[in-house]
Amino acid sequence: MNGGRAGLLGPDETLARRRPGLLARAHLDLPLLAGLTAVAGLGLVVLYSAAGERMEVVARQLVRLGIGFGVMVAAAQVPPAALRRWAPWLYGLGVVLLAAVMTVGETGKGAQRWLDLGLVRFQPSELMKLALPLVVAWHLADAHLPPDARRVLAAAAAIAVPVTLIALQPDLGTALVVGAAGFFALFLAGLRWRWLAGLGLAAAAGAPALWHFMHDYQRARVLTFLDPERDPLGAGYHIIQSKIAIGSGGLFGKGWLHGTQAHLEFLPERATDFIFAVLGEEFGLTGTVTLLALYLFLVLRGLHIAARAQDTFARLTAGAVSLTFLVYAFVNTGMVTGLLPVVGLPLPLVSYGGTSLVTMMAGFGILMSVHTHRKLLSPS
Amino acid sequence: MRWQRHESAGGRADPALARRRVVLACFALAGLALAGRAVFLQVLNTDFLRRQGEARHLRVVSVPAHRGMIMDRNGEPLAISTPVDSVWADPGALPADRRALARLAQALGMPAERLVRRIAARREREFVYLRRHVDPATAARVMALGLPGVHLQREYRRYYPMGEVAAHVVGFTNIDDVGQEGVELGWDRWLRGEPGAKRVLKDRLGRVVRDVALLRPARPGRDLRLALDRRLQYLAYRELKAAVLRHRARGGSIVVLDARTGEVLAMANQPAYNPNRRDRGPRTARRNRAVTDVFEPGSTMKPFTVAAALESGRFRPDTPVDTRPGLLRVADATVRDIRNFGLLDVTEVVRRSSNVGAAKIALALPARRLWSVYARLGFGRATASGFPGEADGVLLDHRRWHVVEQATAAFGYGLSVTALQLARAYAALAADGRLPQVSFPRRAGNAGSERVLPARVARQVRAMLEGVVGPGGTGRRAAVPGYRVAGKTGTVRKAGPGGYSDTRYVALFAGMAPASRPRLVAVVVIDEPRAGAYYGGEVAAPVFARVMAGALRLLDVPPDAPRGPMHVALGAEAAT
Repeated sequence: MNGGRAGLLGPDETLARRRPGLLARAHLDLPLLAGLTAVAGLGLVVLYSAAGERMEVVARQLVRLGIGFGVMVAAAQVPPAALRRWAPWLYGLGVVLLAAVMTVGETGKGAQRWLDLGLVRFQPSELMKLALPLVVAWHLADAHLPPDARRVLAAAAAIAVPVTLIALQPDLGTALVVGAAGFFALFLAGLRWRWLAGLGLAAAAGAPALWHFMHDYQRARVLTFLDPERDPLGAGYHIIQSKIAIGSGGLFGKGWLHGTQAHLEFLPERATDFIFAVLGEEFGLTGTVTLLALYLFLVLRGLHIAARAQDTFARLTAGAVSLTFLVYAFVNTGMVTGLLPVVGLPLPLVSYGGTSLVTMMAGFGILMSVHTHRKLLSPS
Repeated sequence: MRWQRHESAGGRADPALARRRVVLACFALAGLALAGRAVFLQVLNTDFLRRQGEARHLRVVSVPAHRGMIMDRNGEPLAISTPVDSVWADPGALPADRRALARLAQALGMPAERLVRRIAARREREFVYLRRHVDPATAARVMALGLPGVHLQREYRRYYPMGEVAAHVVGFTNIDDVGQEGVELGWDRWLRGEPGAKRVLKDRLGRVVRDVALLRPARPGRDLRLALDRRLQYLAYRELKAAVLRHRARGGSIVVLDARTGEVLAMANQPAYNPNRRDRGPRTARRNRAVTDVFEPGSTMKPFTVAAALESGRFRPDTPVDTRPGLLRVADATVRDIRNFGLLDVTEVVRRSSNVGAAKIALALPARRLWSVYARLGFGRATASGFPGEADGVLLDHRRWHVVEQATAAFGYGLSVTALQLARAYAALAADGRLPQVSFPRRAGNAGSERVLPARVARQVRAMLEGVVGPGGTGRRAAVPGYRVAGKTGTVRKAGPGGYSDTRYVALFAGMAPASRPRLVAVVVIDEPRAGAYYGGEVAAPVFARVMAGALRLLDVPPDAPRGPMHVALGAEAAT
């Protein structure tokens, strides 16, 4: 790893026989790029309909996508070794900012999540989505795997601090994603099964305690998930309308711009968290399965990159980032289809909104970096 | 577990690689769950959910139907429907912000307090009218605010071009376009359209987004052509109003019938009201008194008494009747004339309007015979014109008559009639003994009329009635230059608590023209003239003359009077 910087030029020179394409030289991964472009394109089409056919909304999203792709390209240029060096600093910065949010943060929609930096408003929890898996991977990179109890406990503590801070904002959805990201890094490093079982038991035992600490609206969400008809005009309204929208799409949907639930404004948050329902209503099973297949492809490609990674840090990071993306996609679609309780997570790359999009693209940039900075001549 | 142990025991090469299958398994599981959910919702449950969706946004709403127009006999509009908008709101969807409500109130042109109260009182409802029947500018102003939960509803407002002139006949509708009075009420079923139904797409805020299907087209109401003649109506209204004002009368009515068809060509009352602004004026002014109010007909009844006498064969027009000494004791009552007319014949009894003479003639006839003529002429029962609220009047059965009732009925006391009934009975005299069916709508052809008197009798009575308008008669001021006019005056003491009044009168004139072949029959009722004059010949007859003169001219009825200096002189007198 010491030769990381030197190795930057290495692969290109040694690969002179197989002349790398433009993409490889820009440290981009064609399958990921194609998959991301396809999802983003489909997302824009659905967004145009969900936003009431307002072109300016699509244009704004297009700008965000552009920024996202830019961030991805930039992240792809950073070699994994550099990331490894930055990981603890990024993590530390993230925790400090999260603590700052608790005291001076902006309140938006009833939760303190934003940090006003004068020019831009910034969500420190977004930074943590990447910093946490990076720091766990950094922590475990040189360890003998599977890690011993001391290291696992240290990693668990590193995970618990930001997750607790985010959950206190309160932003349960993001806390879940951040926690999952850290956990995946730890899990991929190798966790003894009995520890996993213990963790599961602890979670089960802690559920009532968690219930005790939950806000009323969060409890309502869980109750609503268990029985959406409990309060069809209140808490259950979102999920009922969403299920109707998706279900009424049928096999092939009602056609683009012809979704009645969405266009008649029965469907709430249809451009953001519930945009999957618009897709389901207007494009039917065909549309939903297509999008899920695209996500599947992206995650599989990510896991493939993780499997081919050359060191533990890169492997753990790539795996954690891919699985985090999976969590995103699964939690959102699960919520919209009534499979999971309502958690305010956007549909990756499709929902209208910027911050998580940029984070996600940065994650894909890291994946590409991991894949394109391999030293092919010295695999071991 | 077992597999894992084996793996870790055997290889221990890279736990991350060892876990790939577990991860992939979880991954497959999540993917399967999602795909399964999608299939469940979009394939297995799709019909149910689709119906649920439709139940949320497909609604059946009614399509307002245009109410039929009411026209006069020449197609001139008397009542027309114009489309207007009503502003309504869904209180739950309205913004709670008081400033927004204040702006809304301002746009609606109502005090903010009232709007807030109205919404607060109906918080639980989903529909509340904010203001109905607003003008297009107001509607545009309100909708320009773009407040959620505020909507327009298309409605039709009734407009009455003739205003109070034809108010009593035409009547009016309420704000929901349902007939409340007059022809609007009586012919409501004819005028009213059948609201249609359409299926529409509504969004979450209840706004109609798109029409999906027309389930049933709105059937517009049918137009109704009345027999009324706008010109005659205005004439009748103007002259009646002038007379009521001049004589400071409590009220009045005028009815003009087509003598042959029984169609109502004009009908006016005082006091009147403006059907376009019904919030003003007393409710009593809305009564169509010519149809709903009864009065004792007094001397205007005498021609029918005489008709009964002539029909009986016991009297001829020149049969002498001794009215001396100007009063007649009947049982414990006394019948009086205004002076001692001396020895008269039947014709002169009518011309001079002798109560004693009429009573003597009546008492010479069997009660049944006299009653039968009155009953055949339609007294005591409504005219079946279809006009709402029509009064029957009172005609006691002859078996309940005592001699006093028989004697007083002869000159029009002890029974009551409406102006319309009286006009119809005079129309029977005008139509040679055939009682026409009264009609407010215009008739296509001649409706059946019922013979109630021999033609000879009707003509003889008509000739006597011409004498009333001639020299020495009580109705000289009803004369119309160029035409022969037949008619009868009436001056009726109003009955009140403690007997007949000496100060409150009803002045009447009933007549027809041209007398040779009557086209028009008119009845004028002036209730309680209080400016001195109260005789029918002084108060009611001039109104009759002016209306008749104008109507005959408007209808192009050829004059039938021989031109002579006497008639010209009389005409001049009548005009003053």
